[in-house]
Amino acid sequence: MSGDFRLKGGRIDKNCEINFTFNGQSMRGYLGDTLASALLANKKHLVARSFKYHRPRGIFSAGSEEPNALVTLVKDNHSEPNLRATTIELYEGLEAKSQNHKGSLEFDLMRVNDFLSPFLSAGFYYKTFMWPKKFWEKLYEPVIRAAAGLGSLDMKSDPSVYDKGFLHCDLLIIGAGPAGLIAASEAANNGLKVLICDEDFLLGGRLNSDDEKIEGLSSVDWVRKKIGELKKLKNVRLMNRTTVYGAFDHGIFGALERKTDHIVNSHGKPRQVLWKVYSKRSLLCAGASERGISFGNNDRPGILLSSALRSYATRWAVKPGEKIAVFTNNNDGWRTARVLREKGCNVVAVIDSREDTSEQLYGINSYKGKTVVTTSGIKRIKSVTLNDGTKITVDCLGISGGWNPNIHLTCHQRGRPEWNHKTHCFIPGETPIGMKVAGSANGLFGLSEIIQETIAKTQAICKELNFTTKKATQIKASSQNLDIEPLWHVAESKARAWVDMQNDVTTKDIYQSHMEGFRSVEHLKRYTTLGMATDQGKNSNIIGLAIMAQIQKKPIEEVGTTIFRPPFTPISIGALAGRGRGKDFRPYRLTPSHKWATENGAIFVEAGNWLRAQWFPKNGETFWRDSVNREVKETRTSVGICDVTTLGKIDIKGKDAGEFLNRIYANNFGKLPIGKTRYGLMLREDGIAYDDGTTARFSENHFVMTTTTANAVLVFRNLEFYRQCIWSDFDVHLISTTDMWAQFAVAGPNSRKLLQKIVDKEFDISNEKFPFMGCKEITVCDGIIARLFRISFSGELAFELAVPTRYGDSLIRVLMEAGKEFQVTPYGTEALGVMRIEKGHAAGNELNGQTSAQNLGMGRMISKKNDCVGNIMSEREEFDDKDGLRLVGFKPMTRSQQLKAGAHFFSKGKKYNMDTDEGWMTSVAYSPILEHYIGLGYIKNGSNRLGEKVMSVDLLNNQIFEVEIVSPHFLDPEGERLRA
Amino acid sequence: MNYSALKVFFQGLSGNKGWKPMWREPEPKEEYDILIVGGGGHGLSTAYYLAKEFQEKKIAVLEKGWIGSGNIGRNTTIIRSNYLLKGNQPFYELSMKLWENLEQDFNYNAMISQRGIMNLFHNDPQRDAYTRRGNSMMISGAGAVMLNEKEVRRVAPFLDFDNARFPIKGALCQTRGGTVRHDAVAWGYARGADRLGVDIIQNCPVLNILVENDKCIGVETAKGTIKAKKIAICVAGSSSQVMNMAGLKLPIESHVLQAFVTEGLKPVLPGVITFGAGHFYVSQSDKGGLVFGGDIDGYNSYAQRGNLPTVEDVCEGGMAIMPMIGRSKLLRMWGGIMDMSMDGSPFIDKTKIEGLFFNGGWCYGGFKATPASGFCFAHLLSKGEPHETALEFRLDRFQRGAVIDEKGQGAQPNLH
Amino acid sequence: MKKAKALNQTYIRQWNKKFMIINHPILGPRDANEFVYKGDAELLNRPHWTPNATKRATYAEQEEFHDYLYLRNNPAGEHKELWYHEQGDRSWLIITRDTLTHQISKVELVREFLKEKVT
Repeated sequence: MSGDFRLKGGRIDKNCEINFTFNGQSMRGYLGDTLASALLANKKHLVARSFKYHRPRGIFSAGSEEPNALVTLVKDNHSEPNLRATTIELYEGLEAKSQNHKGSLEFDLMRVNDFLSPFLSAGFYYKTFMWPKKFWEKLYEPVIRAAAGLGSLDMKSDPSVYDKGFLHCDLLIIGAGPAGLIAASEAANNGLKVLICDEDFLLGGRLNSDDEKIEGLSSVDWVRKKIGELKKLKNVRLMNRTTVYGAFDHGIFGALERKTDHIVNSHGKPRQVLWKVYSKRSLLCAGASERGISFGNNDRPGILLSSALRSYATRWAVKPGEKIAVFTNNNDGWRTARVLREKGCNVVAVIDSREDTSEQLYGINSYKGKTVVTTSGIKRIKSVTLNDGTKITVDCLGISGGWNPNIHLTCHQRGRPEWNHKTHCFIPGETPIGMKVAGSANGLFGLSEIIQETIAKTQAICKELNFTTKKATQIKASSQNLDIEPLWHVAESKARAWVDMQNDVTTKDIYQSHMEGFRSVEHLKRYTTLGMATDQGKNSNIIGLAIMAQIQKKPIEEVGTTIFRPPFTPISIGALAGRGRGKDFRPYRLTPSHKWATENGAIFVEAGNWLRAQWFPKNGETFWRDSVNREVKETRTSVGICDVTTLGKIDIKGKDAGEFLNRIYANNFGKLPIGKTRYGLMLREDGIAYDDGTTARFSENHFVMTTTTANAVLVFRNLEFYRQCIWSDFDVHLISTTDMWAQFAVAGPNSRKLLQKIVDKEFDISNEKFPFMGCKEITVCDGIIARLFRISFSGELAFELAVPTRYGDSLIRVLMEAGKEFQVTPYGTEALGVMRIEKGHAAGNELNGQTSAQNLGMGRMISKKNDCVGNIMSEREEFDDKDGLRLVGFKPMTRSQQLKAGAHFFSKGKKYNMDTDEGWMTSVAYSPILEHYIGLGYIKNGSNRLGEKVMSVDLLNNQIFEVEIVSPHFLDPEGERLRA
Repeated sequence: MNYSALKVFFQGLSGNKGWKPMWREPEPKEEYDILIVGGGGHGLSTAYYLAKEFQEKKIAVLEKGWIGSGNIGRNTTIIRSNYLLKGNQPFYELSMKLWENLEQDFNYNAMISQRGIMNLFHNDPQRDAYTRRGNSMMISGAGAVMLNEKEVRRVAPFLDFDNARFPIKGALCQTRGGTVRHDAVAWGYARGADRLGVDIIQNCPVLNILVENDKCIGVETAKGTIKAKKIAICVAGSSSQVMNMAGLKLPIESHVLQAFVTEGLKPVLPGVITFGAGHFYVSQSDKGGLVFGGDIDGYNSYAQRGNLPTVEDVCEGGMAIMPMIGRSKLLRMWGGIMDMSMDGSPFIDKTKIEGLFFNGGWCYGGFKATPASGFCFAHLLSKGEPHETALEFRLDRFQRGAVIDEKGQGAQPNLH
Repeated sequence: MKKAKALNQTYIRQWNKKFMIINHPILGPRDANEFVYKGDAELLNRPHWTPNATKRATYAEQEEFHDYLYLRNNPAGEHKELWYHEQGDRSWLIITRDTLTHQISKVELVREFLKEKVT
């Protein structure tokens, strides 16, 4: 074990060693390590390559803001790219790989980009690669694309399970550092239901990394004690490994909990859980992140944020280097030097840009009023050079450029942060309603002040929620003053100075951006790609903005701010999708005869969320159309049965039900006799055909409507709209009964005979007593209530029989049994489709939301007597076009010719273009009765062109041939069969 | 300054210190011939074509913030001309042709990448509808290819063919479809227009439209009153707000559409892919991020941000067709304000106020239309007559019943 | 932007995806996902017209209906709008919501609102 690089103490378990590999090299760490701390403990500084120049990069931070140390993890034989080594918990057998290099990490061939960097400045690609034109597709773009991206996606399907859940609380606290823990305990003591989340696996925030004193205890002991107390409270839920990633409307937050990422074997438990948190109030205690300073070659491995050095030394007991220097513009850098020295590290220098600071550490060289202008060392920093020429040999450099409050969530509803001139950072501006901000996230950096403010804000929240508050707790703690002097960019640096490490944006790019007119912050970001990397500019945005402000000689707040958008840290798409994938993408709706159909070998098809039987293959039938042809023929010659439960069914009752229907349908319904059914065409308010179906009148005030399968929900919604919002004085009530009745079509010449076998004797369904379009409430099979309609979609003598859904399965079995003597056949949606095309009935392909009643040939059905939905708008000039589209039938000139839905029609001899286009084929089928293909379609002035031959043009499938316009009623145009 | 590889090379040698601003920052003049309100893609392209193709002089573009800050900078960068209806398809095909020659035309590389767009379908009625659409594309010269399931497998083997709730049956493709670097389009047009003398005035919100005797005479702005003979409004999501200044009510609602990008990944997607049984469309940018989107949130909004359920819905759609993206990570999401029209199609038209012209109602399809929208609007502004491909984009089409409803959803903007 | 939208009628749209809380006058706070959005509450004011079997609707009548059906105020700010509690009690609601902030200030039942209007 790399004992040399471990210090005493730390919040790791030194009794629990963990083996892992990095690029195949075996290493060891301890329980409680992150991959980053373990790599550092194994003297591994070069861990990644930058995006554009492929510069060698090391670990820069100790948290989720990490821009450099991105790795690919391989677990369960599946790799995951772009994970931050600083947030990966070490587990036994962890397998990590570096990314974005050709050749090995140490000798990346793409490093050549770094030497070409003068020609790869901001926006260079917008100015070249344009000549010759065709080279872009063939050469330039493929090269650019090959260089894109960091890690590689595993092309196998993500094997993990993701879950979703809901949480409710009075107060959501985001961040479990000092502010969060104190707020939680204060709010809980006052009776609030509290949820506190932290992205880290270890609660306590920087208290785990900084030696502070609270209530007389060391900060680490205080955290342990506080968490122990909170865990005992029933009204507090503590969630570690949980990132609150977004603030949405009305106090709703998104949070992602990493459940098993840190465990070797998940044992089937979800990898991550996406929580939706409903909160009455929220308190953002997300702390602050340290930022760097731009100076020459400030991106070398071994250069870390000063606070990260402190974290590695304190929390993870890692010695980050043998000769450490710190470069700072505030007191926090001195604190790092002090802590590192106390831990036994060799601190060789503190370079402070402030001349008049009183900070001093005995035995450490201090360079006050000095800055670092450049560094040396390819794979790890070797020395720093100061602006006075001093060169100091180091192997590790900490940078402290001040602190940025983590205000991200305050911006998620487009609140704009405000610049604070004392602490030189953005603090929250307008926050989402119900959110307060406390602690470092609010721009406070002294622990004592943080505690006082947090208690006051928590008390205010309790009062807002009408909880009686107890006396505020008094907590004593240490305090510090940053005393920061802004320093963003060491101007004397001649070498490139990085602002955005991952995307390789340097100060020169910002100067160039300004030179070329990209001066607004958003332009700067978009032109240079500053802040667009996986860290979303957590480190770089403000430095870039400040440099732009310096160039423009304006205060920062005048140059602008960029607001943060969700998510706070990247969220896997798998987690956002949850279980809604694969077969579970949408729920299945099954028909009452589904079980029976499955037993009988049906092939199913998706119809919306429904699964419907498409056809029922019989032994020996190898081609789907064999089955469909048989089902059509047998239905037309004897009897067939089809489950039509999916049609929407709506019961309509009330004194004004008739008048209501009069207005809902385009055609008249008020005078429909009791015991009769009528076809109804529904228009939208804009006069376009919306839906069709039949409505039956069972009594004076009781109608039963059917809708198409696809529009069942929409029509009901629409009916409720007119009932409640438009004709609210009508006495009419609606109930959707789609799921309450199982409905079967029984069609064919023997359908009556079959039904007579199961309809109870007291009901006469002969042609005389129960003629075409009749309807009746009856009983079947000895007293089971049923509704019988004599309606026909197939064009045969046909009935639709509905029984309560729970009898649906029995009914299909009874019907099939009773039908044996007629060789009854079940038929699926394909045969249904063939028969309706033979009969010329419009369906979904014809009622596509673009066609009017006139187009359908039903213009004359529209009521002229009363105001109904859509009739006034259907009188607009373009609707009345006499040469408009009409629905007609088409047949091929030769029997064997196959028609194609989606083909367009042209008059013979015309060129094919949008102006000569005359219509299109909507539906086609092979008619086993006529023994040739038949089609329905819209063509201009179609009803006056019967017998004319036109071109059916399907350029997509390269099929162009003549077809004849015919009546859409291919079979039994007089309707003798259905009246039989 | 003309851009070229040589220029980049010599600038590189001299420390990139000789670049010039891509556009001037002029103060507004008192009067212009044509004043364009809105410095987004459509406004800037209108200005560019007015100056370049129609030789108009004295043109200014007024932008309330920074140019390109609206939907041109917050979309999923897809271009295509795969429309169905006569009112739309020739227009989008014109746009596609302009895209294809744009970079040489305005001397700026907007990284137009025609790697194809593939609309998956999952059932027979969809196939029929796509056949009809594909034939519209063929007869308008846009080109289309129908792929069966096997062919889709070959192009995109990573799609879920075997475990899908709605199995993939095939796809309608336009090989000329693709993506463009969206910001660069705004910058390229701005630079091109500026070089032709157009004044681009940023940070200059329009406060009022000045109308006298049903005639538009100018606008009041944060930088003073500016007179103009013709005023052209192209402000996308703010259309209703701006036109209201002239007392006009529009057949438009403003809705939020969210878009998403993942972290950079090595190339995985061949082109643009859209899901036919849910809301999901995706492409991969030249930087490696998966850029994807879905449906609008569905309620009127000017908030430029959306809500989580839409995000989840879109990601479900993504996982349903390409479950290998499960461990790619959503990096950033943003929302744009869409000017959703009553039939899902746009307007490029005069108004009843003389001198006031309107371009809007682009729903979430405005990006791909940017070149043709500018070209046709410039045509209308300069010649007083609509361009032949934009004849049907009239404001009075609802009075006449001549709707251009690609999806057949009727007067319900959130369904388009 | 391309939207993968099914063009056929068999695909049921699941577009009612919202993340807000609506304080239903009867049922209390409910997730907006249970509701379907329609649009401006002006849609309540459907023009009355009486057809005549012998003549077409007049231009003025058509114009009035056109304005009702197609034109919207589309305000940036307070907006009265219609929502339908489809996954709930099936009531239509008038919700006063700010389109800039999404804050909801009032929720009323349409039927109560119309009753008061009459009386």
